[in-house]
Amino acid sequence: MEGTDQEKIISALKEKFEGEILHAEMLYDFLTITLKKDQIISIIRHLYDHPDTQFQYLTTLCGIHYPDVNQIAVMYQLHSLQKNYRIRLKIYLPVESPVTPTLTTIFPAANWLERETFDFFGVIFEGHPNLKRILNVEDMIIFPLRKEYPLEDQTREDKNDTMFGR
Amino acid sequence: MEAKHEFTDQLPPEEKQYSYLNLGPTHPATHGIFQNVLKMDGEIIVEAEPTIGYIHRAFEKLAERRPFYQITPLTDRMNYCSSPINNMGWHMTVEKLLNIELPKRVQYIRIVIMELSRIADHIICNTIIGQDTGATTGFLYLFQMRERIYEIFEEICGARLTTNIGRIGGMERNIPKRAWEKIDAFMVDFPPALQEFTNLLERNRIFMDRTINCGSISAERALAYSFSGPNLRAAGVDYDVRVMTPYSSYEEFDFIIPVGTNGDTYDRFMVRQSEMWESMKIIRQALEKIKKEPAHIYKADVPEFVLPPKEEVYNNMEALIYQFKIVMGETDVPKGEVYHCVEGGNGELGFYLISDGGRTPFRLHFRRPCFIYYQAYPEMIKGSMLSDAILTMSSMNVIAGELDA
Amino acid sequence: MTTSTGSITSNVTIGEKPDGYEGAGFFATSLDKVVGMARANSIWPLPFATSCCGIEFMATMGSHYDLGRFGSERLSFSPRQADLLMVMGTIAKKMGPILRQVYEQMAEPRWVISVGACACSGGIFDTYSVLQGIDRIIPVDVYVPGCPPRPEQILDGILKIQHLVETESRRRRESPEYKAMLNTYGIE
Repeated sequence: MEGTDQEKIISALKEKFEGEILHAEMLYDFLTITLKKDQIISIIRHLYDHPDTQFQYLTTLCGIHYPDVNQIAVMYQLHSLQKNYRIRLKIYLPVESPVTPTLTTIFPAANWLERETFDFFGVIFEGHPNLKRILNVEDMIIFPLRKEYPLEDQTREDKNDTMFGR
Repeated sequence: MEAKHEFTDQLPPEEKQYSYLNLGPTHPATHGIFQNVLKMDGEIIVEAEPTIGYIHRAFEKLAERRPFYQITPLTDRMNYCSSPINNMGWHMTVEKLLNIELPKRVQYIRIVIMELSRIADHIICNTIIGQDTGATTGFLYLFQMRERIYEIFEEICGARLTTNIGRIGGMERNIPKRAWEKIDAFMVDFPPALQEFTNLLERNRIFMDRTINCGSISAERALAYSFSGPNLRAAGVDYDVRVMTPYSSYEEFDFIIPVGTNGDTYDRFMVRQSEMWESMKIIRQALEKIKKEPAHIYKADVPEFVLPPKEEVYNNMEALIYQFKIVMGETDVPKGEVYHCVEGGNGELGFYLISDGGRTPFRLHFRRPCFIYYQAYPEMIKGSMLSDAILTMSSMNVIAGELDA
Repeated sequence: MTTSTGSITSNVTIGEKPDGYEGAGFFATSLDKVVGMARANSIWPLPFATSCCGIEFMATMGSHYDLGRFGSERLSFSPRQADLLMVMGTIAKKMGPILRQVYEQMAEPRWVISVGACACSGGIFDTYSVLQGIDRIIPVDVYVPGCPPRPEQILDGILKIQHLVETESRRRRESPEYKAMLNTYGIE
């Protein structure tokens, strides 16, 4: 993405939400903006409707657990098919209460992506029509992709830890 | 004389009774394991509730434990019908992170391999659509061609299905002469076989009656549900990652993007058929371009990240040190976040990689096209009959490995 | 029973004749052997294909490797009518109860073949969500390793199943040892 496109997107964002931007940088040619968590849905709605940006395609959304700062980030990646811009928005939520409003009002595609983020990290999306586990078994109590939980099945008795170096 | 009873099956809505049909995880018609509980009014489907996760293998957690070169076998097993595309996508993501620039010949070889596996994926999808409508012959005939593609992959990397093909920075060895001969033979034998399959189904009255207007979706709803790949192109939107954000020298190739109109099963079938012909065009152009490049190049000249050949490791001190550093993970991997997407058999397959400088990724997220567009399935089958629902599911090419990861 | 006329068919073995006493118009052997031969050459498999090994099974069923010539032409997707449960692919813990239900619905005599590394032992997925081998929930007769196994390997596994079917005693399924073995899995 060239510098002028980047300027256009950031100025479109700054029209209404100047105070929400914490950090904006180009990582490997990809505009990444870190935002405050409160108005993320209005920001995405603004980027959806704005004629200079038109981000009307949701590429993906996922969670990231940063254990050293005790935060869970939610990453939204949007794509404007009309102008061929891509943008990454990140918000950081505290790990004790990771709550954020749902994106399903703008993009129906966010439905299962948010369920997956809830399943893996425990992020609660307020207003989601059906927030329950999607990939893991229904009665699991932990959120497995957080860094404190192990990968392996703990009831496995036939692998020798000293030899397999776990 | 007694009064005639007026029997009617149009009950008022409050008195209607629905039946629930469990199209369970194991079912001959669902190609993959996912469950749908269908609320049915006779034969018409009123609502559907899908349940997935029956083959959840925790790829994203597993990837945090493995060094970069060990994640390639994981990516194989996502969309296992076209494993090389997943592998190449992952290699390109890591090469983006490490800022490795590949020589042209390697890029063209990668294109040949990716287009062959795209043909293989579409063969499976289209023949299974044929089988679900009752035309088993196409499946048996075209699978022979898929065996030929397997043989080509076997010559290059040793495996048929889950290929682990290529390495970060190029290929593991130069493509052997037999592989080129087999590719040339395939390019001669495949067009008549595909034409035979086309003649069976493309203008077949029964097939068209069965599949037109079956499971259709409009372009606006498809974009709202973040469709990509042949399913989106069948709805009328010409979004192809190879054209929009070209990678691996795709911008030098001349091919069209086939687009449908209705977004129904017939359009999805036809888009995949046309894409197979386009893939063959691309392979022919790539074979021409490869002949013009020097024939000994098969990897990038980046000794810090690409394993040296074994003869040098045993004889040369530098190569031994590089081999040790790469395998033990002592190389300097930059920190950063990178996203790269490729046009997989089903759509935009994306890899979001966060590296913290260590041997293993900090976080790896796969943007899986099947997972995202399968959400639209209940909406697509509402109001249609059960057999149409089965056909819609098989025409969307839902691969369970990619759905659950 | 080998045919010896013509050059193409002179090396074809249709099936080995069991030992017995032969005469003009009759052949006497034990019932076990005849029933074994009939059962072994007409196994109806239930393909429980979950992931990549399922695609290799599709290649095995195709015309190049052709499972049909071993008698398994008719796939039965209903467990009630199947003889052989072919578990191909990863079985996650969410899928375990369903696999168990399918196995319990099958009528005796039933055999189980576990195709692929994931079904045998969890494969490369040593994670919290994958069942580390289906023999934790159902008894398995033949294991076919590989990731995925080549069609020739799958056919080799089917031939071993055929050998087991042919040589099994008629009374095995009512014997107390068999019932004790099922009890260890919690199946009555």
